[in-house]
Amino acid sequence: MPATLHRAPEPITDPAQPDTVLGVTDLCKSYAHVTAVEHVSFNVQRNEIVGLLGPNGAGKTTTINMILGVLAPTRGTITIGGVDVAKRRSQALARTNFAAVYATLPGNLTVEQNLRFFGLIYGITNLGSRIETLITQFDLLHLRHTRCGVLSSGEQTRVALAKALLNRPELLLLDEPTASLDPAAAQTVRKQIRELAKQEGCGILWTSHNMYEVEEVCDRVLFVSHGRILLEGDPRALPAAHGVHSLEELFIRLAREPLQRAEEKSR
Amino acid sequence: MRLRPVAGIVLRQIYLFRSSPVRLLPTFAWVAIDIVIWGFLSRYLNNIAGSHLNFVPNLLGAVLFWDFFTRIMQGVTTSFFEDVWSRNFLNLFATPLSITEYVMGLVLTSVLTSLIGLIAMLVLATLVFGLSFVSMGLMLIPFVLVLFLFGIALGITASAMVLRLGPASEWLVWPMPALISPFVGVYYPISTLPLWMRAVGHLFPPSYVFEGMRALINGEVFSALTLLSGGALALVELVLAGYFFAWVFRYTVKTGLLARYSAESVG
Repeated sequence: MPATLHRAPEPITDPAQPDTVLGVTDLCKSYAHVTAVEHVSFNVQRNEIVGLLGPNGAGKTTTINMILGVLAPTRGTITIGGVDVAKRRSQALARTNFAAVYATLPGNLTVEQNLRFFGLIYGITNLGSRIETLITQFDLLHLRHTRCGVLSSGEQTRVALAKALLNRPELLLLDEPTASLDPAAAQTVRKQIRELAKQEGCGILWTSHNMYEVEEVCDRVLFVSHGRILLEGDPRALPAAHGVHSLEELFIRLAREPLQRAEEKSR
Repeated sequence: MRLRPVAGIVLRQIYLFRSSPVRLLPTFAWVAIDIVIWGFLSRYLNNIAGSHLNFVPNLLGAVLFWDFFTRIMQGVTTSFFEDVWSRNFLNLFATPLSITEYVMGLVLTSVLTSLIGLIAMLVLATLVFGLSFVSMGLMLIPFVLVLFLFGIALGITASAMVLRLGPASEWLVWPMPALISPFVGVYYPISTLPLWMRAVGHLFPPSYVFEGMRALINGEVFSALTLLSGGALALVELVLAGYFFAWVFRYTVKTGLLARYSAESVG
């Protein structure tokens, strides 16, 4: 059966349900001549890891930026733990946190100083003990007085993850968290994140270009291309359902097909 | 407004000062150089002018006040630049931190650094050049307060400008005090200026301070009402600066400037 492109269904779960940690409804972002995100709707549940997949420029990071409140949507609503980001920004953002390969922590502060700085920004009580827990959890004990700027990519990722868990977020956004890691380090990080999602009971939105990683980690995936969600489902079942052998093959097909259609139209 | 995030902003600057004492040097070094140059110049002018004129309080006092104002302004902007230099906006503004908390953190950081500079200036000017503010008495407090309020207002405005125009516009910020100084009569009475410059000067609260300071030192009539209007003007400009920063922030969130700030974004 060939992969057919169709609009992803409307969010399955009622956003009012307590298990919905992220509710995105009809999200759009347009610039003067470009539409970056178009009518995107999805949910993330507690204890669920959702993969946001798509080619470069598909609108993944734009969507994440809107969820994080650093980019205003042109249309649509975002709720984190039931709190509207546009209406109650601080309360909504207190329930989330993120780690992204392009948002490194200040390199002129040490690991411990960064955690203390961001811990205060998030208004965390018992910060000292929370920092100790995370430093131990992410094996950062020997690096606590090292400036983040001199850490290796793997170490920086661990610090970023420790920072991302400071406030025990209900929703964790991870934008290519393993992008700069070697396979062994990436595997360790994936394992840690899966365990943490279970322990903390948070929902995770994960972007990655590594389809093997997505299959291993994600409970559900959303394929995004040209700002739209094209497909949604279980990453282990989707390839067979669409007549391809692997998630990577499906990814390539979905990434190219809208372009081919546009080219055919233009002929 | 929550206190922890404000403390976080201040603590970050303390960490930076502690880890790199070179950052503290400008607080003392430029101030000391200014005091030494103008101190000796005042002495020289005293020698050639005879005993009926004392240039030390007139010139050196003015330099000390002006340096204090400059340090206050730069205290705000330098703390803001730390986030520009470390590309920290995404990490910082994807948190519950409100604009009021952020700006308050910058202001408190500035108070801390500029007070250190003021004490260094006072010690040097008093011990080496015999500068005394006895003739000003308690009026010293409103003078310093007006300069403080306007320094903060200008620092917030300059930071908003850099947020809007991009990191390269940092170089427009450093000469700002020098551009204002001819209009506010730091070294000469406002009456020396042409009418249009006087009109511009009256828009800047420091002009009321320097006029008042000269009047008190030289035993002339001093209008408390004029200084009060200078203080009111500084307060109004401070409030406007706060609104301007908040407006620019909303603009950068709407247009996507904030999310991609690390790239040069003038335009």
